[in-house]
Amino acid sequence: MSLSQSPRGATVAVIGGGATGLSAGWWLAREGVDVVVLDRGIIGWGASGRNGGGCSHHFSPLFVEEQRLWPQMDGLLGYPTEFQAKRIRIAYDEHQLELYGRAVRNAARQGFASTLLDAREVLEMVPLAGEDAVGGYFYDFGGHANPHRTVQAYAWAMQDLGGRVMQHTSVRGFRRAGGRVIGVMTDQGEIECDQVVIAAGPATGRLAAMLDLDVPMVAARAEMIVTEPLPLMPIGGVDGNGLYGRQTLRGNLAYGGGPHEWIEFGEAAGPPSSTPLMANIAGRLARMFPRAAHARIIRSWAGIIENTPDGRPILDKPEATGNVVIATLSSIGFGLSPASGRAICDLVLRGACGFADISSFSLSRFRRLEADWQSLQGWRETVTG
Amino acid sequence: MPFRPDPKSIAGTDLPVHERTQVLIIGAGPAGLAAALQAASLGRSVILVDENPLSAETMGENVPLHFGGGMTNAVRNRNAMLEAVVESEPAFSEAFDAGIDIRLGTTCWGVYAPGPDVGWLPGPVAGLMDGDRSWMVGAEQIIVAAGRRDMGLSFAGWEKNGVVGITAAVRLAKRYGALQARRAVVLGSSTEALQSALELRDAGVEIAAVIDHVFEPLGSPVLWAQLAAGGTRGLFGYVPREAVGAQESVEAVIASPWRASDSDGAELTIACDTVLLGVGAVPVIELLDSVGCQTVFDGGRGGVVPVLDGAQRTTKVGIFAVGDCAGIWAAKTLDPEIARAEGRRAASQTEQVQAETSGGPTPDFGEYRLRWVQAAVIDSEGAAHVCQCEEVTAHEILEVRPPRYLGWEDLPPASEADPVRRNRRDLHSLLGDSPPHPDQVKRLTRAGMGVCQGRRCREQVAALLALAANVPLESIPAATHRAPVRPMRLNLAALASSESAAMAEHWDTWFGMPSQYVPYWDVPETYTAGERDQDAEVASE
Ligand SMILES: Cc1cc2nc3c(=O)[nH]c(=O)nc-3n(C[C@H](O)[C@H](O)[C@H](O)COP(=O)(O)OP(=O)(O)OC[C@H]3O[C@@H](n4cnc5c(N)ncnc54)[C@H](O)[C@@H]3O)c2cc1C
Repeated sequence: MSLSQSPRGATVAVIGGGATGLSAGWWLAREGVDVVVLDRGIIGWGASGRNGGGCSHHFSPLFVEEQRLWPQMDGLLGYPTEFQAKRIRIAYDEHQLELYGRAVRNAARQGFASTLLDAREVLEMVPLAGEDAVGGYFYDFGGHANPHRTVQAYAWAMQDLGGRVMQHTSVRGFRRAGGRVIGVMTDQGEIECDQVVIAAGPATGRLAAMLDLDVPMVAARAEMIVTEPLPLMPIGGVDGNGLYGRQTLRGNLAYGGGPHEWIEFGEAAGPPSSTPLMANIAGRLARMFPRAAHARIIRSWAGIIENTPDGRPILDKPEATGNVVIATLSSIGFGLSPASGRAICDLVLRGACGFADISSFSLSRFRRLEADWQSLQGWRETVTG
Repeated sequence: MPFRPDPKSIAGTDLPVHERTQVLIIGAGPAGLAAALQAASLGRSVILVDENPLSAETMGENVPLHFGGGMTNAVRNRNAMLEAVVESEPAFSEAFDAGIDIRLGTTCWGVYAPGPDVGWLPGPVAGLMDGDRSWMVGAEQIIVAAGRRDMGLSFAGWEKNGVVGITAAVRLAKRYGALQARRAVVLGSSTEALQSALELRDAGVEIAAVIDHVFEPLGSPVLWAQLAAGGTRGLFGYVPREAVGAQESVEAVIASPWRASDSDGAELTIACDTVLLGVGAVPVIELLDSVGCQTVFDGGRGGVVPVLDGAQRTTKVGIFAVGDCAGIWAAKTLDPEIARAEGRRAASQTEQVQAETSGGPTPDFGEYRLRWVQAAVIDSEGAAHVCQCEEVTAHEILEVRPPRYLGWEDLPPASEADPVRRNRRDLHSLLGDSPPHPDQVKRLTRAGMGVCQGRRCREQVAALLALAANVPLESIPAATHRAPVRPMRLNLAALASSESAAMAEHWDTWFGMPSQYVPYWDVPETYTAGERDQDAEVASE
């Protein structure tokens, strides 16, 4: 692979400094590749810095690698991620308990254990839980990490290996020659490159369209709340009752869940708006942790999430463009990021993922997708004609 | 086929509001009361809320002002305090007579409005709470008149009881009649600080000294002359080194000349029971910022202020800002009629006819505050916590240190065997070509992430970052505010929940898309919306 000569160039330009793009950059830098990660703002300012930190995606082809890598990430990166292993999911009715059981079956098939907990065991393991829990699951896998620290850790670790980050650099287009991208056009000038990774979260579809690639996706807003710190529970990765989230290592309860809103994604000036749904999440959390019902919420926030029609990632190097990798994680990209970055690195350098079968992440699965799929799915009313 | 919105989404849901009014006014100071009277005189329905009297517990946590334990036990008597607050402001009786619905002891914890990323709200709404209820109010117009608070300044001993924000002290003295201070030293000499000092003197507090790093008072010379005539000592060119006293209490403040001063370097000890933080009167923009009103740093208006038009409109439809939260300058501080006029303009939605004169040159508060932080926080090389909630020092902020619960501070230097224990980073590693962002520093150090949400440290953190990056204060982005703007119990917030039976039926942890959770070994080769599984019961993972 030839190195670009331009000082403003790089062998690989990664667009998007979220968990996906930065992890990819870090994996590439580990392989000695000259890589630059571009972000239109500050790294981690998108969903990657506003999410629940959960790392338990048992239905994904990247699950085994996700589970293998997380316990090692602090050491591999050289900076703390606050990863905490294991997870408990509490059900407050039989229906929830039944639905939450699917993780058990998926994980078991891949060699991971779980335990069904009865109400008494839930109370023993989760000091804040309520007497009316009907039961739950202990997952001997998964866990959670601190998104802020993790995103910064990727960036610093990549820089330690010679990779570069350019913040406040917005990609506006591409320069192409012979069907391949040879330069990324930004508001800070052109970055020449041999390969491109588009990992721009909700903006991935729009950027791909500039290369005549149809990457179907819609953005949505989701909200979370966080309380003041409370004494640490033995396992912080506890959720359920229709909520996801964790107790942070500092002791705060950080939780989200419930209705989302499909939105038109634009380059908003400020951070994503939150709404009165804060109160709904508070109600669910007070029910899940009655012994913390007096804990005070100190903040709520919202994040904008990328979503493909089937909710599954697209990790693909489409033939039409040759040297472009599309990387969008469809709303579950934080936990998978150690593994998705490695898969992207493989796609860039070797054209295929060497450690997992990611054929279900191909763009071509949407080749029969209806033009008005957004309308059909009730996400956005598409105006035709 | 008609469009059927995704049932798991919020689209098509109405937010049930518990009450409606034409005008909701938040804050019953001069500006808010004037707005209420004006709106009522125009025949509009008005709700006027004010969080005073605050509960003793809330005050004890320095919310929303830096009370610093400076209140007497009288604040425990809620009824007496309610009476005191009502009697402290003559315009209340006028407002009662005008039939205005006044709610005291009622806090607005959030203002929300539709926008490009929020489609489901029909118009502006506000979340209110009192001691045991919380609920939503819909309004055509929301006028925020949330006033000012005091900038924090960390020096040794500033966490003691008796280090009190000067606005908090005036509030306690004039609205509650419950200020403990007998003999106080004031930090800062802006017109705002001097005027507050005079008000406190009128309330019976001896003002022993005014300390400032500048060589002559920053604010009105007339006000300073009045203070000096009463025996207040001016320690200009000085900075506080420490508030000393047994245990939690303040018995004296030690001041020393700042490096730039030509005095002989002698430290002075001034006996006092109270140190008043008057280094910056800051507009309270938390509700405005959290609803998404555009803000800008204006050193002549007290710091970060909302962008307003001539009728006090913010950039969010239906949301207005009046009084100190709209901007603080000397003439406005000296003449409450300016704030009242803002209130009336907002209520009648009329443009200002003639530009206000600022009433003399306004100092650049940006530069002034930078110097305060340089002098008191950086040059002292002390280990005071800039962020008291999360116990983060200036040093730790500038080195972008991970918080102490990660156990970094006691560890030996990095070794090959233990690579993760390193911290080779400081602020400059975050910078690149752009100014540092306080929110980014917060995410990494936790400065500003605690229960007070940066109320006591955000100006200091901004100044520290500006000084370290050697850029003007106005180039530092403002740390964001979010609802709830007051710490709020989960079970209290839950009372404002809009979770209906219909919402509960579709409530899911995440997007509730069955296809998202099909294990990869079962995923079909192609996907279409028409063939998607719509009926599978799913709980997102
Ligand atoms: C409230 C919430 C909770 C969540 N909970 C979890 C969870 O528990 N577990 C989990 O795994 N996932 C969770 N997610 C999802 C997860 O956060 C995202 O899937 C993931 O962060 C996506 O990362 P990304 O790097 O692909 O995209 P992003 O984080 O969106 O990053 C994309 C970046 O691209 C940049 N960019 C965009 N356009 C351009 C351009 N033109 N030029 C330059 N740069 C550009 C953006 O500035 C942004 O920084 C949650 C998300 C939210 C919002």
